[in-house]
Amino acid sequence: MKRKKIFQGLTRSCLNRRNLFKILGMSAFLWVSTAVIAADNVNTTGLAVTDDTVTVGILHSVTGTMAISETGSVQAEKLAIKQINAEGGVLGRQIKYIQEDGASDWPTFAEKAKKLLVSDKVASVFGCWTSASRKAVLPVFEQYNGMLYYPTFYEGLEQSPNVIYTGQEATQQIIAGIDWVVREKGAKKFYLLGSDYIWPRTSNKIARKHIEKLGLKVVGEEYYPLGHTQFNSVINKIKLKRPDVIYAIVVGGSNVAFYKQLKAAGINLTKEKPLLLTISVTEDEILGIGGENIVGAYAAMKYFQSLENANNKAFVSDFKKEYGEDIVIGDVTQAAYLGPWLWKAAVEKAGSFDIDKIRKASPDIELTTAPEGYVKIHPNHHLWSKTRVGLAQQDGQYKVVYETSQLMEPDPFPKGYQ
Amino acid sequence: MFSEYTSTELVSIFAMQGFAGLILFSIFVLMALGLAIIFGQMGVINMAHGEFMILGAYVTYLTSLFFADYLSDIYGIYFFVAMILAFFVAGGFGAFVEWAMIQHLYRRPLDTLLATWGLSLIMQQIFRSVFGAREVGITIPEWMMGSIPLTEMVEIPINGIFLMCLTILIAISVYLLMFKSRYGGQVRAVVQNRPMAGAVGINTEKVDRVTFALGCGIAGVAGSAFTMIGSTSPTSGQLYIVDTFLVVVFGGAGSLLGTIASAFTISQAQSTMEFFLSGSMAKVLTLLTVVVILMLRPQGLFSLKIRK
Repeated sequence: MKRKKIFQGLTRSCLNRRNLFKILGMSAFLWVSTAVIAADNVNTTGLAVTDDTVTVGILHSVTGTMAISETGSVQAEKLAIKQINAEGGVLGRQIKYIQEDGASDWPTFAEKAKKLLVSDKVASVFGCWTSASRKAVLPVFEQYNGMLYYPTFYEGLEQSPNVIYTGQEATQQIIAGIDWVVREKGAKKFYLLGSDYIWPRTSNKIARKHIEKLGLKVVGEEYYPLGHTQFNSVINKIKLKRPDVIYAIVVGGSNVAFYKQLKAAGINLTKEKPLLLTISVTEDEILGIGGENIVGAYAAMKYFQSLENANNKAFVSDFKKEYGEDIVIGDVTQAAYLGPWLWKAAVEKAGSFDIDKIRKASPDIELTTAPEGYVKIHPNHHLWSKTRVGLAQQDGQYKVVYETSQLMEPDPFPKGYQ
Repeated sequence: MFSEYTSTELVSIFAMQGFAGLILFSIFVLMALGLAIIFGQMGVINMAHGEFMILGAYVTYLTSLFFADYLSDIYGIYFFVAMILAFFVAGGFGAFVEWAMIQHLYRRPLDTLLATWGLSLIMQQIFRSVFGAREVGITIPEWMMGSIPLTEMVEIPINGIFLMCLTILIAISVYLLMFKSRYGGQVRAVVQNRPMAGAVGINTEKVDRVTFALGCGIAGVAGSAFTMIGSTSPTSGQLYIVDTFLVVVFGGAGSLLGTIASAFTISQAQSTMEFFLSGSMAKVLTLLTVVVILMLRPQGLFSLKIRK
């Protein structure tokens, strides 16, 4: 008797529960279908876009060797996303991000890129830093039709429909800098120096071509393995050859060793005999080198933290508010900051999150609010931007001493320079 | 290639280049001594050697901050304090590691290799969490960063002289410790015959611990000194580790004299070749030479003769 009652009770509750599920299921179905219809217009390819959110990916190394450099980019991208959300988001949707760690390991980058595109279906990805990591993810982005916003200045010789390059390619950075040093400082003899991998080698190739085209002389060209810490021999060679300009593209930890040893060997950069021009030392690197060891060196790039314009002042103050007073902002950090804004502009121009429509909309998009001033996307997916020359100060900042009057046209496949 | 230079220029350049080679030699000896002691005397391959060096560098960084804030009057001498602190911090941590990990792994060389490699990753991540992933800038006292101009071309970097003096000082101390002190006698006894050394009343466990701590302490001093010429970031230790192993293995494990001879050979070869060839090529040739010599003489330049 007792058992029967229990049984009846159970069936009843089961029935009730079944009804409950039915009602729940039906309402869920209704809710989901309305959401799909609303998001459908702007998203025909099944990206992670809902009625009020859109998900993007951030893919940088936060562990391993490259974490030193990539940390700033992550911070800039998160700040841009936060600001866009505060302004009401993109097409009325708040941006959410999924951050993955490339761990300074190129196959890991490719694997994480695939995860972001295939399982997370992110609407676009902001990330990569070294050329090696970009080359590793490129096939993934092209196969699964994703969009990557890549922030670093790099060697050029690449143009993918699936990448927007927000940093400068080599000719933008190099040619304006060399022209300036020849015109203003009367430089005639150059010593080219770099870390031994694709970016410094390609950049120096372009530099050498340009120097020889101007009828001037390259008196030495040298490469040292990544992570090399002994530059005494090359400094002796420089002393012997007496160049007017040391053109240095040394990266990473080697940078610190190079500038400290240059100073210890009695080469005072402020005397400009020889003068040093670099394209690889941003304010970020000076933190490690120490302002007192590099004061007097010149750098050619598109952005310096000290730029005097309203956009940049607001950007620097927002950045410091977010990450602390002591933080410094280098060229790549600013370029990374442009990524989410350029993507927002493209989505709004296209009226859609679809990658194909963004690609179509991207050329000629302008950004007047960029900290570096004004940028425009070229049909070759690089940015029109100005090049500046900065003079390194004791306090680790650059003083801008020159700025091209025109925007430099990006030319990733320069004729006669390869 | 020399026709375009005057003879005085050539003489000064060779003088400078010889000096550059000596600086490199001091750096190699400083890097390798700690490892040679641990590897040679205990047979432990310490993959975390580079991280112990960076521990010393971070101690230097903290000391410089402390002096800048509280003792700015005598900032010029903070470096000496930092090096002594680096020795004791790295050595103390080394003793702890030996107690917690290494002593359970003796006679299992492959396991110590893996365990110390794991330790190096752990230490890198700790540095990253505490000091951040970026490089820290260490302000070196102004008097140490200049150079002494001898002639117009020849300038002697002060930090180079400093490194050499430090290396000589440490090498002599290690020599006295190993060959003239009671402790050194115990270490050599343990290396030659551990059971017999134990049987005559030497506390072999204690000898091991002190030896490991000593090796790590010297690594700490080296790291501290290298803040003058290199970078300090969580992964900087990796920059030194390959050269360090090269010097120790080439010199012959177990022989401190071998380590010094090998450091001298490699540094002179490398700096001479760097002058005539490009940087990467010089490295390739140096490594190639070392490989060939090790093929002909697998025990290294010098080796202990022990009856097995």
